[in-house]
Amino acid sequence: MLKDTGHGRPWTFYALGGLFIAYLIFLYGPMAVIYVLSFQGENGGVTFPMTGFSLVWFEDVFKPGQMANVPDSFNRSMGLAATVSVLTTVIAVAAGLGFRRRFPGSGFVFYLAVASLVMPSLLVGFGIGLGFKVMGLRTNLFTSTLGAQMTWTLPFGLFAMFAVVNRFNRAWEEAATDLGANAWQRLRHVTLPILAPGIIGVAMGAFTLSYDEYARTTLTIGQKNTLPLEIYALISSASSPMLFAIGTLTTAVSFTLIGVTLTLVLRMQRRRTAATLRAG
Amino acid sequence: MSAAQETLGAAVPRPAREWPRIRLAPWVVSWLQVSPLALILVVLFAMPTLLFLVVSFFDYDRTGIYPAFIFDNYADLLNASTIRVYLSSLKFAFVVWAVTLFLGFNTAYFLVFHVRNRVIRTMLFLACAIPFWTSGIIRTIAWVPFLGRNGAFNQGLMGLGFTDKPLEFLLFSDFSVILTYVHLFTLLMIGPIANSLSKIDPALIEAARDAGASRWRTLVDVIIPLSKTGIALGSLLVFTQVMGDYFVVKTMSGGQSASIVSALSTEIQAMQYPPASANAMVLVVFTAAMVAGMMRIVDVRKELVK
Repeated sequence: MLKDTGHGRPWTFYALGGLFIAYLIFLYGPMAVIYVLSFQGENGGVTFPMTGFSLVWFEDVFKPGQMANVPDSFNRSMGLAATVSVLTTVIAVAAGLGFRRRFPGSGFVFYLAVASLVMPSLLVGFGIGLGFKVMGLRTNLFTSTLGAQMTWTLPFGLFAMFAVVNRFNRAWEEAATDLGANAWQRLRHVTLPILAPGIIGVAMGAFTLSYDEYARTTLTIGQKNTLPLEIYALISSASSPMLFAIGTLTTAVSFTLIGVTLTLVLRMQRRRTAATLRAG
Repeated sequence: MSAAQETLGAAVPRPAREWPRIRLAPWVVSWLQVSPLALILVVLFAMPTLLFLVVSFFDYDRTGIYPAFIFDNYADLLNASTIRVYLSSLKFAFVVWAVTLFLGFNTAYFLVFHVRNRVIRTMLFLACAIPFWTSGIIRTIAWVPFLGRNGAFNQGLMGLGFTDKPLEFLLFSDFSVILTYVHLFTLLMIGPIANSLSKIDPALIEAARDAGASRWRTLVDVIIPLSKTGIALGSLLVFTQVMGDYFVVKTMSGGQSASIVSALSTEIQAMQYPPASANAMVLVVFTAAMVAGMMRIVDVRKELVK
């Protein structure tokens, strides 16, 4: 499977390869338990043994139940994650570009982002919830929750952008300027297309962080729960294999999404290579 | 902007749309680009933090909280049980840090230096990342049927004849807490380290080899120093995630261990905001001190923003 370029592999390849495989087994072991138990029989519980094979738990996921309403909370989570993802991408990409020069106050903003990233999540939610209470405002999904999640996705996006921007050669921008491009054309036709794979990464990362977020959300949410909060409520009240069905569905959807994204990125790269070859 | 410039712009034909040219000093442009981020972090992060700093000095009783400047909330924290909780969280943080660093560094090293095909590398990296998409809560409780008395692991061990009765220490113990943390957070270590490693010029490694350095010396003297930014960033993320956690400890220790934040969330639910704020402030100062210490060893900023 791995391409060998003639000379043999050093022993470290086999040692680290073995460790890597062990890590993957460790990573997917409990995931496999999730996948198997999501097909638990109708009378079965959240642990082994399996009492049969059924799809009832998957059906349950799509039905608003008494204890929890998975479809509605899922929709809310998706809406919130999409919003967070778009806002984070725009703001973090702009900031990442801005950080390429030293400017007065850059140190302050940098350490503010570090602090925001490492602050224990529940405390951020606590602070924002307290702030809303002091100002007499009601916490709500698209105000306080959105804000709380942004304090986590923005520093993440900024740091990811540092990695992306570091590999960007400024000569390309200078060439564009020399050829008469104005600032907007330079951004639209040179900078953003070259950074596109990295930007997609930031968007996907922000989406994931928001979709999974629990600790910052719990104290800033209004009346209606997001999916992780709903899952948490289910665990404390009525554990059922439905939780595992959610996990199985999430993984299936992730694989599909990643497959599609990967195909798109590969096609983009191939087209670019072809264009470069034509031009060169 | 000036008239002269506009005539000049008209004289020289330009492609596509014509925009008025505004010359701004480079630092002003940077400020405009960074200001939305700075504004959001100031309003939603710095100000709430200052707010609970203030509230931590307030007085409270069963009916409400009252503005004051007292240190009682902090004095109440100085007791054996708080210190025990901090020590236990530190112990978890340290063990998890060591394990994730070992696993994360070696995994990243394997992916970056040993997998030569780019597509395969991306796919293996995604294989590490996919479980991350599933909610951390679900991934945590998945260990219960895996490690429990009748769980998959014990059944497997007994089936293979390694043991004749189920191992009890696997679940609801420090062991299961650490295992779950490692499962949840190793990716946070792999990402930044892989990023640092992939920026190392292969010629440097070759040069070290040619100069007679052993594999070990190359690793210690060339590769690790060059990847210290990734190591620092990953360590930071893992450390603070463990210190800020309360779900894993609550679920996986079976009530035997507490975490700093779980004590805090109990106070918040009881609407005891001043002591909760004091507790939060201590944790913030503690985390900040650890992070500052790490930043002293590695100047993350200089390495990241070039």
